[in-house]
Amino acid sequence: MRFTRHLLALALGCALSVGTAQAQQITGAGSTFVYPVLSKWSADYARKTGVQVNYQSIGSGGGIAQIKAGTVDFGASDAPLKPADLTQAGLAQFPLVIGGVVPVVNLPGVKPGDLKLSGPVLADIFLGRIKEWNDPAIAKLNPALKLPAMHIGVVHRSDGSGTTFNFVNYLSKVSPQWKDRVGEGTSVSWPTGVGGKGNEGVAAYVERLKGSIGYVEYAYVIQNKMKWTMMENAAGKFVRPSAESFQAAAASADWAHAQDFYLVMTNAPGADAYPIAATVFILAYKQPKDPARAKTALDFFRYALQMGQETAKSLDYVPFPAPVVQQIEAYWHANIHAQ
Amino acid sequence: MSATTQQTLPPPARRRSRGAAGDTGFRVLAGTAALLVLILLGATAAAMFWGGLPALRAFGWHFFVGVEWDPVAKRFAALVPIYGTLVTSAIAMLIAVPVSFGIAVFLTEVAPTWVRGPVAAAIELLAGVPSIIYGMWGLFVFVPFMADYVDPFLDAALGPLPVIGALFSGPPMGIGMLTAGIILAIMVIPFVSAVMRDVFTLVPPSLRESAFALGATRWEVVRGVVLPYTRTAVVGGIFLGLGRALGETMAVTFVLGNAHDFSISLLAPGNSIAAAIANEFTEADSDIYRQSLIALGFLLFVVTFVVLAAAKLMLLRMARREGT
Repeated sequence: MRFTRHLLALALGCALSVGTAQAQQITGAGSTFVYPVLSKWSADYARKTGVQVNYQSIGSGGGIAQIKAGTVDFGASDAPLKPADLTQAGLAQFPLVIGGVVPVVNLPGVKPGDLKLSGPVLADIFLGRIKEWNDPAIAKLNPALKLPAMHIGVVHRSDGSGTTFNFVNYLSKVSPQWKDRVGEGTSVSWPTGVGGKGNEGVAAYVERLKGSIGYVEYAYVIQNKMKWTMMENAAGKFVRPSAESFQAAAASADWAHAQDFYLVMTNAPGADAYPIAATVFILAYKQPKDPARAKTALDFFRYALQMGQETAKSLDYVPFPAPVVQQIEAYWHANIHAQ
Repeated sequence: MSATTQQTLPPPARRRSRGAAGDTGFRVLAGTAALLVLILLGATAAAMFWGGLPALRAFGWHFFVGVEWDPVAKRFAALVPIYGTLVTSAIAMLIAVPVSFGIAVFLTEVAPTWVRGPVAAAIELLAGVPSIIYGMWGLFVFVPFMADYVDPFLDAALGPLPVIGALFSGPPMGIGMLTAGIILAIMVIPFVSAVMRDVFTLVPPSLRESAFALGATRWEVVRGVVLPYTRTAVVGGIFLGLGRALGETMAVTFVLGNAHDFSISLLAPGNSIAAAIANEFTEADSDIYRQSLIALGFLLFVVTFVVLAAAKLMLLRMARREGT
């Protein structure tokens, strides 16, 4: 089904990129995570300016493939491309909006936010090294909770995903065993557990399976009232997933020195930073074939970064703080040759 | 014989010429239609083989017997999805064939006439339900039922046994190959039973009534008259269902667990070829990953082809044994 969508996006991309000359329409493809806010922004923007932004949420990998093939004006990915890859493809890259990946559990008697976990313990659970909920390592972090002697059911994504990328990137940073045995990528070889398709698949499995743990996007946790966990961050403090803690992570990340904004915000150093914060990146050509279209696209993203902040917050996304937005605009000026 | 009769008759000249032209046209059209399918079939197989060839070359025989599926290290082997596909389909047929046979016999031999219409219509309606619905029903209704009642029971009752115990042990999650097999059985039953019912009704009443007149019971009539008369069509129907079970994607992916870990246990999550492709194709970000998935598609093609060819051979042998 997703493959059909992929083809559809390709056909649509071709048709649209041929059809319009005066850039009243731009097209993009990629990340499913950013789709809700991007479509809201584009509806608002179309009402204001008449410019249509057509976005196909075919997945980050698909978005990267489409922009490299030149069938869309921009691609969106949950994982950044390395500067070397960008140079090779002639692409520029900048962050657009912040989200977070949140571990969720289904444990009898445990309410949202009751359970506290640290990065290494989370990695050991997903490695299958910690098998029971009453394991001493978990009990040590949760002295106040009475944890049952119950098998831990691990739930992960079965499809490749930017959510997975950010999650396993974090586990690789905090656990040497994870880095050695599994590594990072949009899909990995999971040592244990069952795979659900999409955020909704993981959410459904976690809700059905008693004693399970999974990871989903923050917006999913809020909208489905799932049992999220507190996470210990790099500064040793337990933080809850929230707009504030994601923004703290974004603020403590060193964007100024990251070439092409190549930076994964996981395990950010700030005292209040949430450790598995994630960013959606936009990919566009440095030397676009049609500079007018490229300018239209950048105008849209300027609107999204500056005026679209409230829209993003209302949909449980987190906008970038003003200094980072200024860096992004300076980067456009220096790198993207739009009209 | 009919050809000679035609030659001796003097047909009207005008009609004959027009008929001949129409006949040729019809033959060409029908032939093209049939040929098109063959070309499509060949092209599909060739394209998938070609697309998957780099993966088959890179991993060799290991691709068929290995259990590793590691997108990070870029090492792929297909035993887990192959095993999952074959096992879930086998479970499905094990359940679907007897149940379908029961349905067909009930509808043609046992049920009063006024019941037959509505029940048959209900079964045919089941065939029209989209597979995603079976998948969601499976996940939200059937999986919790399996997790709470069936899996713990099987684990307790059969788990300690020496050989088959390995098939029924593991944490009761409700997600796994047994659940997927049962869902597949439910999906396949309408197809198999519809074919069986249709061919059972084709048995000449004279044969059936003769058997009854000789004092045969209903079961003896079914076994001795109906089944031998319809055997080839029944096997054909079963393999039609098996073909559907092998290729089913959406419903399976919801309840199978999509895990690339090899486990002999039917209660453990597994993967199937179709589910793996559907899950992973869009985000297959390296060439070898995509090629491995295409090679998987080629394998499914081969498996289905082998199964259907085996069915045809079986039918041929049966026909020869009966001397018809």
